[in-house]
Amino acid sequence: MDLSLTPDQEAFRATVRSWLKTNMPREWKPTGSSEIPRAGQYEFLRRWQRTLFDSGYIGLTWPKEYGGGGLTFMEELILQQEMALAKAPPILNVLGVGMGGPTIIAWGSEEQKKRYPAKILSCEEIWCQGYSEPNSGSDLASLQTRAVKDGEHWVINGQKVWTSFAHVADYMMLLARTDPSVPKHKGITYFLLDMKLPGVTVKPLRQITGEAEFNEVFFDNVRVHESQVLGGVNNGWAVGLTTLMYERLTLGFGLQMRLRIALEGLLDLAKGMEKSGRVVTKDPVMRQKLAQLWIDTECLKYTGARAITKLLRGEMPGPEASTGKMAWVDTHQRLQEIAMEIEGPYSQLVKGSDWAVEGGVWPHSFLRSRANSIEGGTTEIQKNIIAERLLGLPKD
Amino acid sequence: MDFGFSQEQELLRSTARKFLENECTSGFVRARMEEPAGVTDEFWAKLAEQGWLGLIYPEEHGGSGLGFVDLTVLMEEMGRVVMPGPFFSTLLLGGLAIREAGSAAQKKEWLTRIAAGQAKATLAWTEPSARWDAAGVTCTAKEEKGSFVVNGTKLFVPDAHLADAIVVVARTSEGKAEDGVSLLLVPKETRGVQVKLLPTMDQTRKLCEVSFQNATVPADALMGVKGKAWPTLTRVVERATVALCAEMCGGAQRVLDMTTDYAKIRIAFGKPIGTYQGVKHKAADMLVDVENAKSLTYYAAWAVDENSPEAPLAASMAKAYVTDAYRKVAGAGIQLHGGIGFTWEHDLHLYFKRAKSSEFTFGDATYHRERVAQLINL
Repeated sequence: MDLSLTPDQEAFRATVRSWLKTNMPREWKPTGSSEIPRAGQYEFLRRWQRTLFDSGYIGLTWPKEYGGGGLTFMEELILQQEMALAKAPPILNVLGVGMGGPTIIAWGSEEQKKRYPAKILSCEEIWCQGYSEPNSGSDLASLQTRAVKDGEHWVINGQKVWTSFAHVADYMMLLARTDPSVPKHKGITYFLLDMKLPGVTVKPLRQITGEAEFNEVFFDNVRVHESQVLGGVNNGWAVGLTTLMYERLTLGFGLQMRLRIALEGLLDLAKGMEKSGRVVTKDPVMRQKLAQLWIDTECLKYTGARAITKLLRGEMPGPEASTGKMAWVDTHQRLQEIAMEIEGPYSQLVKGSDWAVEGGVWPHSFLRSRANSIEGGTTEIQKNIIAERLLGLPKD
Repeated sequence: MDFGFSQEQELLRSTARKFLENECTSGFVRARMEEPAGVTDEFWAKLAEQGWLGLIYPEEHGGSGLGFVDLTVLMEEMGRVVMPGPFFSTLLLGGLAIREAGSAAQKKEWLTRIAAGQAKATLAWTEPSARWDAAGVTCTAKEEKGSFVVNGTKLFVPDAHLADAIVVVARTSEGKAEDGVSLLLVPKETRGVQVKLLPTMDQTRKLCEVSFQNATVPADALMGVKGKAWPTLTRVVERATVALCAEMCGGAQRVLDMTTDYAKIRIAFGKPIGTYQGVKHKAADMLVDVENAKSLTYYAAWAVDENSPEAPLAASMAKAYVTDAYRKVAGAGIQLHGGIGFTWEHDLHLYFKRAKSSEFTFGDATYHRERVAQLINL
């Protein structure tokens, strides 16, 4: 067991650190609270991701021939740690980078691999994920969006929902039913769908925060060329699971990084506010809560390090790789609740009030955090997966 | 970076698992619970034979010269079988204090004998005030005519009734809390030392009251610099805490294993209870607790081995988390077993009680969270 870095890795860390020092955008003010890009930040974040791409600081583990860095998860981890320390802005094309690209690299034809991943990294093409439907959420395999073969094309009809970034996305990772006659997991195909095709309609959905960050997407006889199938017809479930596995692993690093930034922001908030006439950090009960958040945030880092070690050794990820999402959700939602507790009555004041604390960012991120235990697999589904796949408890 | 165990460490794990499954069965544990000793001479000799009684001591004193990451593996396995007896108090309290603070002569005399299974040791630190800070040390050691005269009462001293050497935390001078704290190596047969075994909820852990009435030891009983022992004691306790966390992780993992095994075979309403989400979700929560507990413990063990400046923080993060995790997991284990889990016959209560006694050893979660708060400058 050795948590120290090799001289090469130390050198990489130093390079990243000095690069961040020079290249952190002046206009970026980390609020500490928000881990999800907000609508008003899209153009700025697009430029930031492009800057990262031009300097080779994104997609580190992806093969070089597809636009990546050809490095290991170790460099990725170092990069994420440095980003956290510098409180760097998040990336915009988070679904493409976290899921779409790795899935295309894992399953794509040579042509597909040459065409898509690099533009995902550069943020020239933003991706969204077309999985959930109005009647298929946790029971994803029951999805009903249909794809029917017509010559060289598949004709898509149906609807997706809760689709983040669909209103700005160029492409969608789409799961659609291509064979209704076989058991539900076996008749699904994974498509790379051009969002500009005729018949695709995106309707923003206003959410709990008042913003429209996600959407409904309707397909009305959308004709997709057969070359846009990823990983073979009726093989979409296996392909989609790869996506989810990558979501857990790579988004995991990013989530831990954003959590650490949020925690630093929270501690600053606590040091600057008073409760009953004393600074919040002097209150024994609040000290307990803040210390626990610190412990839980650090813990995610070490659990991640255990999972990465398995990857680097070429072993299968163990139980520690699956607990990250649940542990992150619990910690982040608690962090946001504590932010509200620290602000007390001020937590009621949002953007627009002169009295709002830090411009009202915390009430917004608090509301947004409610989705954490639903998006990317509900906590209940995560628990089923852990119980069935890791502990071997019987399926219903 | 490689945050996993080496092949040698995995080998130690499988050796320990096999040995303990054979030698430290439920029947053995229960028999030891009923007796004051908590261990048999035969079992102790076997531990010595395995080289485990000197695992973290230097080779020159008969030890194996291994580190806390290695020890973590062994402690997990011992926790897995709720191993009773004075292993922890000997290796990690009395013995470790001697390793850290003892004179060359003390190390030579005691570490060699401990590693060979010929001597047991413990640490007499806490008092009836049950405080973990330096102000809690009120037991006195007065220097008189080339000797130290010890007076006072120590409480919650593990295995003092078995120990040949008791490392006593005593105050050699008044002043600020942390100044004036010294460590003395007091052989058990010293006149004026009285040990009383206390009945405990966790019968696998034997605790004693140790009282000193003008117990007189020669000047060379002093360990380290007079009045300056507090940092050393802190260092010893931090290390013992990390080892305790590892033991707790092993116990928690075993409870999870027993519980999932049971959930697969126990039928209710015509199906194994593990089919129901009410059971599944609790089991998944247990797994998250266990895995997180391990992550923090492994990090702390590494930090201790490296003498990292983060070691004190790492130890407190681990103890705070692992304490809550083991308690919750052991409680959930009983709940998911239903009535059978509440019986004396089933082994779950051994783990439940061990979780509780471990909770209050070296400070509970609340104590360590406050320590974390201080260490991160809140």
